[in-house]
Amino acid sequence: MKNTISARVADFLQNYPPFNEIKIKELQILAQEVQIIYKLKDELIFTENEKAHDYFYVVHKGAVSLSKTANGDFVDLCDEGDIFGLRPLMANENYKMEAKAYEESIIYAIPIAEFRPFTKNHEGVANFLMESFASNTRNPYSIGKKGKLFQEGQEGPIPQNNDYLDLQTINYSKKLISSTSGTTIKKVATLMTQKKIGAMLILKDKLPIGIITDKDLRNKIATGEFPISAKAKDIMSSPVITYPKKMTLAQAQMAMMKSGISHLCITEDGTPNTEAVGIISKHDIMLELGNNPAVLMKAIKRSNKFKKIKTIRRGIMSLLQGYLRQNIPLTLTSKIISELNDACIKQVIAISLEKMDAPPPVSFSWLAMGSQGRSEQLLHTDQDNALVFEDVSQEELEATQSYFLNLAKKVTQGLQSIGYEYCPADMMASNPDWCMSLSQWKERTLHWITNPGKDEVLLSSIFFDFNISYGNRELVDELTEHIFSITQKYPIFFVHLASGALQNPSPSGFFRSFLVEENGAHKDFFDLKRRALMPLVDGARVLVLSSQVKSINNTAERFEKLAELEPNNAELFLACSYATKALLKFRTKQGLLHNDSGRFIELETLSKEEKVKLKRTFKTIKELQELIKLRFKVANLVG
Amino acid sequence: MINWFKKKRKINYPDFWESYARQFNDKLSQDLNSIRFVVLDTETTGFDYENDRVLSIGALSLKNSTIIVNESFEVFLDQHFYHAKNVEIHGILKDGKQDRITELEALMLFLEFIGNAVLVAHHARFDINMINHALKRHGMPKLKNKVLDTSVLFKKSLIATPLSRTQEAYTLDYLADKFDISTKDRHTALGDAYITAIAFLKILVKLKAQRNFSVKKLLR
Repeated sequence: MKNTISARVADFLQNYPPFNEIKIKELQILAQEVQIIYKLKDELIFTENEKAHDYFYVVHKGAVSLSKTANGDFVDLCDEGDIFGLRPLMANENYKMEAKAYEESIIYAIPIAEFRPFTKNHEGVANFLMESFASNTRNPYSIGKKGKLFQEGQEGPIPQNNDYLDLQTINYSKKLISSTSGTTIKKVATLMTQKKIGAMLILKDKLPIGIITDKDLRNKIATGEFPISAKAKDIMSSPVITYPKKMTLAQAQMAMMKSGISHLCITEDGTPNTEAVGIISKHDIMLELGNNPAVLMKAIKRSNKFKKIKTIRRGIMSLLQGYLRQNIPLTLTSKIISELNDACIKQVIAISLEKMDAPPPVSFSWLAMGSQGRSEQLLHTDQDNALVFEDVSQEELEATQSYFLNLAKKVTQGLQSIGYEYCPADMMASNPDWCMSLSQWKERTLHWITNPGKDEVLLSSIFFDFNISYGNRELVDELTEHIFSITQKYPIFFVHLASGALQNPSPSGFFRSFLVEENGAHKDFFDLKRRALMPLVDGARVLVLSSQVKSINNTAERFEKLAELEPNNAELFLACSYATKALLKFRTKQGLLHNDSGRFIELETLSKEEKVKLKRTFKTIKELQELIKLRFKVANLVG
Repeated sequence: MINWFKKKRKINYPDFWESYARQFNDKLSQDLNSIRFVVLDTETTGFDYENDRVLSIGALSLKNSTIIVNESFEVFLDQHFYHAKNVEIHGILKDGKQDRITELEALMLFLEFIGNAVLVAHHARFDINMINHALKRHGMPKLKNKVLDTSVLFKKSLIATPLSRTQEAYTLDYLADKFDISTKDRHTALGDAYITAIAFLKILVKLKAQRNFSVKKLLR
């Protein structure tokens, strides 16, 4: 019986090959037999050598990774609309790969018995399946043979060696942006700026007759050789050097070097006499080659959709993995990764702003709080953010706040779609309590500092690590100034902040053994964040605030600054700085290993050496807590 | 006045009810993956249990995190009682294209479909009451199934902090928005049931991560 759900399944399927070859009426019938499966991150769909299922699969939401367990080789990452698990359709044998949800996913299972007739009646369907199937076994790395040819920056966790890359079929920009020979240079340049492209193809009857690149604009217009009123045909390079669609990376690179050009024009058959279908730029090649911060940064700035940023973030993760493997100093690693994450957030805000009906009524700034504010966020964690906007008159306050709430909702949604989970405690700018005018924020922080109850201290400890992600810096500076001036007037606040910092449970028990969680989903795991990192983070915060040190948010850097300010405690503070870095690195490695936030650690998986290293940091934590207890006379308060 | 000797009179319910009721003799499994959930939603003529009527019931079967599309349930009821004002929301016209069945037929099919499954609905009390009133009109007792309410479960999945405003009621639209679920089929019974099902799965993940989660507690 056709129903609402099967109709929706059919609607989805018809957008993707090979289902797009099938009539919607027939798809609707097929859709009734589909199963919809919800998989959590890391849940298996099938394993290597598992007996074939009666279904093959389509990713509806999320992503699924295919890999060979034997050597841990990562074969492919299937995105929305991609099909996998085709083996039972082709051959009567067990699976040769493992399929695992790379993130939380919804998967459609298509029954093979019901589907088989389509492969017989539709040549297109059969061909597509054959190709997909073949590309997953014979030449697993050929992204070029995947269903969707072009997707900018599609990078899974990078396979171990890069040798094969040269032979990979290259992806090219298929959305061709072109002009005609009579177009004015001004218009060409405007269009190139709008579309953020470095080269414009000049077409005549769909055939490429010339190309204008950034370089041409510089060399021929900016020099005054041609007036700005010139036409495209005056400055275009002609004839165009053309290449066929199936090009490998190595071929494309060779072609660019040979002719000293930065863009290749792709035509239907590789000659200038057939329709132009796309352009390969140096940028595209760099992106394929992958993981270099500059390239990723450029890609982030170019992306105009949340979805694109999401794929780039996978590139960032594999970059991080590479850095950790090569043992590059964590200070540098976290700088680069934070910078990239920051750029992603900025871009999400920029995209969201464009989605708004009107520009912001007054200036604002977007604040990152918590670990992100401290630039300690290497892995995807929850989002903690806030928004402060310029003061407006009382009458306009409501409308202004509602504008920014609306914006914040778009941004937080965008952030979620690129991998930042919503804050479970709703500490986000989309919450009216975290989206306020400058004066309202001043009032709020004044209240926290002058009434330091348990909640207020907790909130201040989250908020006071704020850092600007986007917008007007002056607003943030003013707020910081305000906070420092009132904390000076109310020193009792520090005592409360210090006692808050001592609230974290201790990492080790009486016999210096690890204390693990006693119940919950993480029973018998060690809570690295709560028991080891937080005491350091909280300690650094109260010490730095009370020493009136501004604009250093990073915990390790805070300790370094403290060491500088207090030479007699320098040794301890430097040890704290070291411990922070070590723990952060540890957490990141664990997180990458398990594709989660790395917060909870399974002690049994640690080597002896790692355990010793961890324990060494505990000693430092204890000493730090002693110092805080003495300095702020916390005992009085607790007792 | 004192009827010590009066035997409790056994009412003879129709066969379909008896065979439905028999399924509750067995104890429910405590393994989350082997429990069958039926996620449902009703569209009604209004919010008055006595005077309003069910216009359609949509339900789907969920087991081991899998929805089997052809095991879904979608019926449209023929109701004489009718408010025109609801048409705008549900798009169910009295003489719409869908094949309509009588209330009794719908209830028979529904009982057969749900069996002893755990029922899940958003603001479940309303849907269940609506169905119970329909059962009552046909001389039958209330549903015997365990019921879970996604709006309540969602609230439980949140971390309460001084500044997070827990609302009294979370709408299905709020959940769909939060969990990024398409609302294209909002306001069809089965469409809403689907949204509820996905939200339920996601909420379950959060609940399971909580310190004191147990299946027993969930189903209490």
